[in-house]
Amino acid sequence: MLDNPAKPLVSVRDLKMHFPIYSGLLRRRVGEVKAVDGLTFDVMEGETLGLVGESGCGKSTAGRAVLRLYDITGGQIEIDGREIGNTPQSQLRDLRPTMQMVFQDPQASLNPRMTVEAIIREPLDEHTTLTPMEKREKVAELMDAVGLNRKFAARYPHAFSGGQRQRIGIARALALNPKFIVCDEPIAALDVSIQAQVVNLLEDLQEKFGLTYLFISHDLSMVRHIATRVAVMYLGKIVELADRETLFAAPLHPYTKALLSAVPEPDPALARNTNRIILQGDVPSPSNPPQGCNFCTRCPAVMDICKQVEPEYREVKPRQFAACHLYNET
Amino acid sequence: MPDGTLPVLDVQDLKTVFKTRAGEVHAVNDVSFHLQKGELLGVVGESGSGKSVTMMSLLGLLPMPPAEIRGGRVMFEGQDLLTLDPKGLRSVRGARIGFIFQDPMTSLNPVFTVGHQIAEPLRKHMGMSKKRATERSKELLELVGIPDAGRRLHDYPHQFSGGMRQRVMIAIALACDPQVLIADEPTTALDVTIQAQILELMKELRDKLGMAVIWITHDLGVIAGIADRVMVMYGGQVVEHAPVHELFANPQHPYTSALLKTIPSISGKRAARLTVIEGQPPLVLGAPTSCPFRDRCAQAMPVCATKVPPRYDVGEGHDAACFLVDPLEVAHAG
Repeated sequence: MLDNPAKPLVSVRDLKMHFPIYSGLLRRRVGEVKAVDGLTFDVMEGETLGLVGESGCGKSTAGRAVLRLYDITGGQIEIDGREIGNTPQSQLRDLRPTMQMVFQDPQASLNPRMTVEAIIREPLDEHTTLTPMEKREKVAELMDAVGLNRKFAARYPHAFSGGQRQRIGIARALALNPKFIVCDEPIAALDVSIQAQVVNLLEDLQEKFGLTYLFISHDLSMVRHIATRVAVMYLGKIVELADRETLFAAPLHPYTKALLSAVPEPDPALARNTNRIILQGDVPSPSNPPQGCNFCTRCPAVMDICKQVEPEYREVKPRQFAACHLYNET
Repeated sequence: MPDGTLPVLDVQDLKTVFKTRAGEVHAVNDVSFHLQKGELLGVVGESGSGKSVTMMSLLGLLPMPPAEIRGGRVMFEGQDLLTLDPKGLRSVRGARIGFIFQDPMTSLNPVFTVGHQIAEPLRKHMGMSKKRATERSKELLELVGIPDAGRRLHDYPHQFSGGMRQRVMIAIALACDPQVLIADEPTTALDVTIQAQILELMKELRDKLGMAVIWITHDLGVIAGIADRVMVMYGGQVVEHAPVHELFANPQHPYTSALLKTIPSISGKRAARLTVIEGQPPLVLGAPTSCPFRDRCAQAMPVCATKVPPRYDVGEGHDAACFLVDPLEVAHAG
């Protein structure tokens, strides 16, 4: 897309989000779940960064932490030139219009007792001084933009299908002209034929409004379609980050390779000839990650050093970052 | 494998309706299919296409009312399952027909050990002693690849991960050496790397045990890798049915070809824009009088609104329910 070196709109350094575990009679703090443990990445202006990983790898937590929906444990987050990592919540309010979120479950993220108009208007009520007439006009424009019929503004969410509800959620996120939108599995709850509709809509809106997306998903083929660059997470850390084409054609990290080979290919001739890398076992608990590399318990290419030293996350090839000892033999 | 022999399961014109306040929802409309020994039949469709309801109807698992089976025949081992009384059905279900549900989280009982739950069908259907059932349970857990099986028998479902729980479900379904295994979206709730493990396991088990499998899913990728034949459902009807290679290479129904185009590929060329099927899947209220896909079909014709298209043969073991492939129409056009 953009050949000239774009500048980062979002810049995340060593982001950590640990959740405490309390246990016992006195509810003492006995440990912590390291849901996100040291993420470093940039999201360039106008691009879509795909964030993929399996359930429990911390990708949703990362998305929420970047928008400061949590008080983070450590690290810096800079959005549009402003440091928000350590800003108290009260001061974040003024910044909220630039950064928005689209949630996974359109059923749960829309208030069933508010009409579509009220849902889309709420951010305008909170953050702008528009007159009621202007607000109504803006809501109608937003409904047009996401492909909802304006006539349905007075209806309630239950009257809409899953795909249409997701459009309502997108309209709400767009209301304040944001620059950056975190899309947390926006299509996971939708049927295959509806998924394509929503993805195309997100792409159209990106072009029209110059949006920047962090697109969180477990669906690798959809990420390959929509993302400019892709980051792969495993157990709270990014194991690999590269341009879309590079990542899918020449992945470096053994986990990325296994993950890509596990995706079922919708073509019987290909599906039966590919050499699947079947990983053994399950993902370890993030409250008790293994020593050394997080992936060492399941890695097909594990070495002795992996069980002792955590690999450094670095630029292995130009524009391709990975955290793996296989590429540290210098 | 499948040749000349009688099918293990033969379903003819199955019809299921749900009575709701809005009217009768015709969830399954004249669905017919058969299953040969040792074969894996994939059933594809979106939510509401009637794929799960079809399978639940033939096993008598639907609550009646509101559900009602209006007609059809389900021949299994020389008897019609639809005419069996609840007791007769119970002796078939879980014994000669195994069932795996989508969500391993909710389909295991949290208050019994896994060993108890695997032993239950063994003792009920096979009349095994407690000791013998425990031994067999251990073998089954080993068969589905759970390490340290003997000790794991005494664990409760919450002590297993999602993938392991699904393995336990498979072990329960396999307990009585079923002729037919019906798996309803068994890997949908799982991560891709775990899904790959389960798919590999299923292929292995089928080759080892030689049972016939019906695999329900919405994921065409999974179907491509595992099925012998595929049945595509839409709006409660079978719209296309073909051997797996034929279906992917030469889809005849507009819905199937559109569906194949909407999913982006993980390898191969990346499309600049995804093809979409506009509109929503239908809710079939009242008996269907037209093609269910008509409103979303780019090639809809006047005839599509007047009657339900029958399944026309378009090749060897390949049929499609679409007037576009009607031999008479094709002759006219030619």
